Amino acid sequence: MAQEKEKEVLQLTEVTVRFAGDSGDGMQLTGSQFGDTTALFGNDLNTFPDYPAEIRAPAGTLYGVSGFQLHFSSSDVHTPGDSPDVLVAMNPAAVKKNLHDLKRNGIIIVNTDSFDAKNLKLANYTANPLEDGSLSNFKVYPVPITSLTTAALKDSPLSPKDVARCKNFFALGLMYWLFNMQLDQTLNWITKKFKKKPEIMAANEAALKAGYYFGDTTEIFENRYWVEPAKLPKGTYRNISGNEAAALGFIAASQKSGLPLFLGSYPITPATEILHYLSEYKYIGVKTFQAEDEIAGICSSIGASFAGNLAITSTSGPGLALKTEAIGLAVMTELPLVIIDVQRGGPSTGLPTKPEQADLLQSIYGRNGEAPIPVIAAASPADCFYMAMEACRIAVKYMTPVMLLSDGYIGQGSEPWRVPMVDELPEIKVNFRTEKEGFAPYLRDENLSRPWVKLGTPGLEHRIGGLEKQHISGNVSHDPDNHDFMIKLRAQKVKKVEDDIPLLEIRGDEESELLVVGWGGTYGAITEAVDRLRKNGTKVAQTHFKYLFPMPKNTKDILSRYKTILVPEINLGQLALLIRDQFLIPVEQLNLVRGLPLKSSDIENKILELLGGKK
Amino acid sequence: MSNNIDSTTGKLTAKDFVSGQDVRWCPGCGDYSILAQVQRTLPELGIPKENIIWISGIGCSSRFPYYMGTYGFHSIHGRAAAIASGVKIARTDLSVWVATGDGDMMSIGGNHFIHMCRKNVDLKVLLFNNRIYGLTKGQYSPTSDVGIISKSTPYGSIDYPFNPLSLALGAGATFVSRSADNDPKHMQEIIRKAADHKGTAFVEILQNCVIFNDGAFDYVTGKDNKIEKMLYLKHQQPMTFGKDNSKGIKLDGFKPVVIDLNDGVHSVNDCWIHDELDKDAARSFILAHMTDHPELPMPFGVIRRELKPTYDEAVEAQIDAITQKRGKGDLQKILLGSNTWEVS
Repeated sequence: MAQEKEKEVLQLTEVTVRFAGDSGDGMQLTGSQFGDTTALFGNDLNTFPDYPAEIRAPAGTLYGVSGFQLHFSSSDVHTPGDSPDVLVAMNPAAVKKNLHDLKRNGIIIVNTDSFDAKNLKLANYTANPLEDGSLSNFKVYPVPITSLTTAALKDSPLSPKDVARCKNFFALGLMYWLFNMQLDQTLNWITKKFKKKPEIMAANEAALKAGYYFGDTTEIFENRYWVEPAKLPKGTYRNISGNEAAALGFIAASQKSGLPLFLGSYPITPATEILHYLSEYKYIGVKTFQAEDEIAGICSSIGASFAGNLAITSTSGPGLALKTEAIGLAVMTELPLVIIDVQRGGPSTGLPTKPEQADLLQSIYGRNGEAPIPVIAAASPADCFYMAMEACRIAVKYMTPVMLLSDGYIGQGSEPWRVPMVDELPEIKVNFRTEKEGFAPYLRDENLSRPWVKLGTPGLEHRIGGLEKQHISGNVSHDPDNHDFMIKLRAQKVKKVEDDIPLLEIRGDEESELLVVGWGGTYGAITEAVDRLRKNGTKVAQTHFKYLFPMPKNTKDILSRYKTILVPEINLGQLALLIRDQFLIPVEQLNLVRGLPLKSSDIENKILELLGGKK
Repeated sequence: MSNNIDSTTGKLTAKDFVSGQDVRWCPGCGDYSILAQVQRTLPELGIPKENIIWISGIGCSSRFPYYMGTYGFHSIHGRAAAIASGVKIARTDLSVWVATGDGDMMSIGGNHFIHMCRKNVDLKVLLFNNRIYGLTKGQYSPTSDVGIISKSTPYGSIDYPFNPLSLALGAGATFVSRSADNDPKHMQEIIRKAADHKGTAFVEILQNCVIFNDGAFDYVTGKDNKIEKMLYLKHQQPMTFGKDNSKGIKLDGFKPVVIDLNDGVHSVNDCWIHDELDKDAARSFILAHMTDHPELPMPFGVIRRELKPTYDEAVEAQIDAITQKRGKGDLQKILLGSNTWEVS
């Protein structure tokens, strides 16, 4: 591979690349392979798959364009990048759809073979943009990717159609050359993946190498680029998506609590991978149940919890709506349960594949009756691991359902994760009641939790259910005073969780006039905006909620210190509403509900606007 | 699964299965009989009481767990099958029972019902079929006859009813049976058989609602009718009924017909021999659909039984097999995955 480097290699600190093509072009795979390679090389990175809800939308159409963006750098990275520096476009529709995001002077590598009359028409181009000068603000590198791939694979026994499908590996090889990266990681992956299909293995390898060598031999590129490894804390790293991290967090919680893990779930985008991953790990004892619907997903988990398992159910917004009644049942029966909601665009079916901070209010308030449950949210892909463990801890300690919010962006996006040693992870204490003496199903401990009895424990046979419970005895009770008491008791129990969670922290300039307040998956974008402003001399502070209900005890104190509070959210202001409601503190809002992660530049501009240009 | 439960020593009696809560069904309700037969039968099963779990949904029938001295869960409308499935899959060592009604299981819980049957989760399901919504005070149910006058059908129902046995058969249930609240001995026998069956055991119990649908089953189980209208099925026995078993059922192609065993033409040798384990489900459907023909008696007993692995067993078997193949999962290895790099 060590070819003579005749072309000048320019060093960059960070690059954002977007791969775009038809949803059948393999762009998700290409992007994730590129990401894994940059990660193995030691760059910090953040990825964002952006794909249509249709599995194979008609080829060449605008709505069939699938994209994968990644941002890799020699320093800390918090977002997949606002605007790509490089766009790899497999067809005209991919150019049309992505051009407006691209940086001025950015690089476009296009597959010229797909720029025929039919594809141009499908992309609504009246003239070929490669010829009419409309791309003059960009550096366009026209490469006949399909025909070069076909030529490289002329000896392959595969059909012409299958040969053409290898073109994404050609493009990937070319990108590896352009960014001075090694092919090894992807070659290993190909070998493993296509072990049983040697013809496909050979073809993909050949296409990858052909792409790489093409970069080397062609005259069209003036430069190559190079991004140094990032200086990350010492340790063993892997690349991880939020959904995989959540699955691993649940397994870790199961191991650390000694409770068998049960997942009852129904497939729903973008949460399904949690079911996939946990189904894979049966050999550590995980039981997964793909139920007939969302309701059976949560109800089977409630059954498993009643039986004494660590029970999880995974879903997204519309599924959460269906689970509503059952969450209320878990509140009334005070059984531990974790509901993970990987949020997507709503309402209704909404935008299944696009992220949105859609369900904060649904999570906190979306049930009949007074049915409070702790609601927490992960801030990044790797954070899903720790918050999954945390959700389990709170659920079993307080005998309550816990809502863990993730979203399509952090669930499916990925970042490097310093893998913790198992010994570093906290134990989760569980006390099953076995003592007959003095037992009642609704006794309270110091946390106001009722006893958890493993089914099969002799002498503690009891009945629970959705009807109001009499304090202590747990018998059905319609007594007015008892109901009032129990409503307040359940609320108080959940409120007590605030004594058991970390305080809010301030990042940035404590003495600033303005505090940016975020929650969940917008952490990266807010952090990047704040860091950039501070680097340029603007004083600004940031705080981030991972515990939304109850909120950390110092919330009011922190929020009261700042003249201006800005709450950027991918919704119409759900956290903003909670803050106003609970603390009577006025807040400014930034709400962009575009089915995309917030851009740090949008947050930056809003901060500057609120500060009136003041530094 | 670690679950060190000692078997209860000493013999259990019906009293051990009484919770002590006041039973609040209407006086004369058929549910009392079902409760009594269950409490009489369970001690005979040799299962420690703490390993018996009762799960219900919503409705009059679903109050059942409160009256049983076992672990119990009175859940939400229609969801008993899903919750019970979770219990059983999590803990295959438990004996899990579902008490439900025609509104709870055939209407709002219909989806869970068919999928429980299809998966063959090892659950025992007693369907209290009174063909009416009792707890909401008298609306027609998915098993009510066309034309029934109820609070929500003042001009008569125009809905076609479900045939619960046919629905269970269609969904692939491996034990499908019927009994009646006014035949305690028979009900006890069927409950025992359901308990012995490995897999989803479905028992439809014709249950009289004295308030909103009184006498709904008199045309079959009433004192004056039962001799002529109830056909008790016995495995590998000819189907006979009527006074002194003077009548039989003959299978004429796909058509069951009543034959007179004293007419000098027919004998018991002409009768259809019941086979619970019939390989051909078509004959089980014929039995389930005898109720479509008013001239035929209604079959009671085990319509069909099929022996195949249960879902919950298969879950554990698969975990064992994959664990044997790959070795017991190690958390650290799982966290590390297959692609790591060192930063020093």
